[in-house]
Amino acid sequence: MSVETPLNLTLITEHFGNAIDDLGFAHGVHAFAAPPQMIVELCRFLKEHPALRFNFLSDICGVDHYPEVPRYEAVYHLYSLPNKWRVRIKCRLDDPPRVPSVTGVWRTANWHEREAWDMYGIRFEGHPDLRRIYMWEGFEGFPQRKDFPLRGYKDELNPFGAEGPPPTRPDLATKNIP
Amino acid sequence: MTEVTELSRPEGEALDTKEVLLNLGPQHPSTHGVLRLVLELDGEYVARVDPHIGYLHRGTEKLAESFTYTQIFPLTDRLDYVCPPSNNLAFALAVEKLLGIKAPIRAQYIRVLMAELARISGHLLITGALPLDLGAMTALLYAMREREMIMDLLEMISGARMHTSFCRVGGVREDLPDGFFPKIREFCDIFPNRIRDYERLIENNPVFLKRTQGIGVITAEDGIDLGLSGPNLRASGVDWDIRRDEPYEIYDRLDFNVITRNEGDCYARWQCRVEEMRESVRIIEQCLEQMPEGPFQIDMPTIAFPVDKDKVHCSMEALIQHFDLSAYGFKVPKGEVYSAIEAPKGELGFYIISDGSEKPFRMKVRAPSFVNLQGLFGTSNAHYLADMIAVLGSLDPVMAEVDK
Repeated sequence: MSVETPLNLTLITEHFGNAIDDLGFAHGVHAFAAPPQMIVELCRFLKEHPALRFNFLSDICGVDHYPEVPRYEAVYHLYSLPNKWRVRIKCRLDDPPRVPSVTGVWRTANWHEREAWDMYGIRFEGHPDLRRIYMWEGFEGFPQRKDFPLRGYKDELNPFGAEGPPPTRPDLATKNIP
Repeated sequence: MTEVTELSRPEGEALDTKEVLLNLGPQHPSTHGVLRLVLELDGEYVARVDPHIGYLHRGTEKLAESFTYTQIFPLTDRLDYVCPPSNNLAFALAVEKLLGIKAPIRAQYIRVLMAELARISGHLLITGALPLDLGAMTALLYAMREREMIMDLLEMISGARMHTSFCRVGGVREDLPDGFFPKIREFCDIFPNRIRDYERLIENNPVFLKRTQGIGVITAEDGIDLGLSGPNLRASGVDWDIRRDEPYEIYDRLDFNVITRNEGDCYARWQCRVEEMRESVRIIEQCLEQMPEGPFQIDMPTIAFPVDKDKVHCSMEALIQHFDLSAYGFKVPKGEVYSAIEAPKGELGFYIISDGSEKPFRMKVRAPSFVNLQGLFGTSNAHYLADMIAVLGSLDPVMAEVDK
């Protein structure tokens, strides 16, 4: 595995200036930090630039850095089929987490974003169909957040769950999906 | 001498049609698990499909955050339960990258050998199950016969037929048992002829051909856009295989072909898998030839158990080390890694964020079946309800992996 990045970084820094933070190359993936409002533009740029061509979206995942601030993060893994490069874009998000959807760039983002919404409550603005994907409709809370107990909350169906009712903070409400 | 007459319809008046909502699953044999499809039907055509998943959701990623790295191996077994050794390998590689270590060469060969056995086992299931979904039962029975041979081989290596959990960080659990080589050579001799048998069963079956050729066509652009990977994408003509393009373990020492087809229909996906089984047999044969003698586990007492178990019985330091490792696990340096392998279903990636403790801070599984299932949205031509079954079967989703 080479230690040097295969990417031509000046292409990206020229276009976006200081908005994108270079996090360096490690384990075969080059990482960037980007502000959430730029994510769609950055993805489209990486996908369509003739020298980069990151045309394959491998994965989108949510991360909860509780109790750090900003608390949430959306992580995008891109792959360039022609160049065989990988890139990771990290987007730190405030509470409540909101980030523009990249479904317009790749259709595969649809289910990845639904999963991140379901598990972490990250709202992907502009997503065509942001519903829960694993949990059932009407489930309260976001199970993969660090403050959600591993066994869930105690109720008539779950006698082994943690004590106390599920918190009903406004950002935990599953209604009013954008 | 009967005259063919058209059904009479009042002039200028369209037929009164109504879209019908049909629920398929979650308990239905052709959904290969617990998948529920809500279909909007326009007559016999499927107008819209809405898959509902999550019936098998076990929260693997959440659970992993409270497990030590070694304890996570059994969880990965249960992702794609048809071919667990691949999942073990993917996870082990990700952790090894974070630790900056590599397994000994012999261990790498054993892992690749098992991963290829798993690939054959996974492909056998679907090459048999797709014809079964379409009404040809024989192929599955034959496929299961050969799958049993693989199960026996895996049992010989690991003691378990399905959930092998044989990989460890820095190697494998044990060396290959005595008498394993003749057994697997016998399998390699028999199996290619058996593949020919399946092809003869299916290739000349006009019903199967009619039901799969030209059905569920996914173009290369659509496939990439939808994130398909593995044989599903290669059947659309995209020449991409992680084993060749980002070689891990000892794949760069092996000679194998990447199978592609250009049609992108159900039949092409089926054919790709059949051909890949042949290549897997070739890889296994090369592994057997090239496999060197040597340790099967890295010699690092902080990460792996001592190979010489007797030390534990007579040296106090070794005993403490052994206890420490089994009770608390080992620490992994701070950092993050995304490591992908070519699993039988496609790109299986593990994204691990480590905070420097014995447990991952966050583990994300990029499950190929989860993404491949979105291929249902990518078929360009409208198809009949009955063809939906063929499309679903040819995409080969394993619901345990979809639901994680």
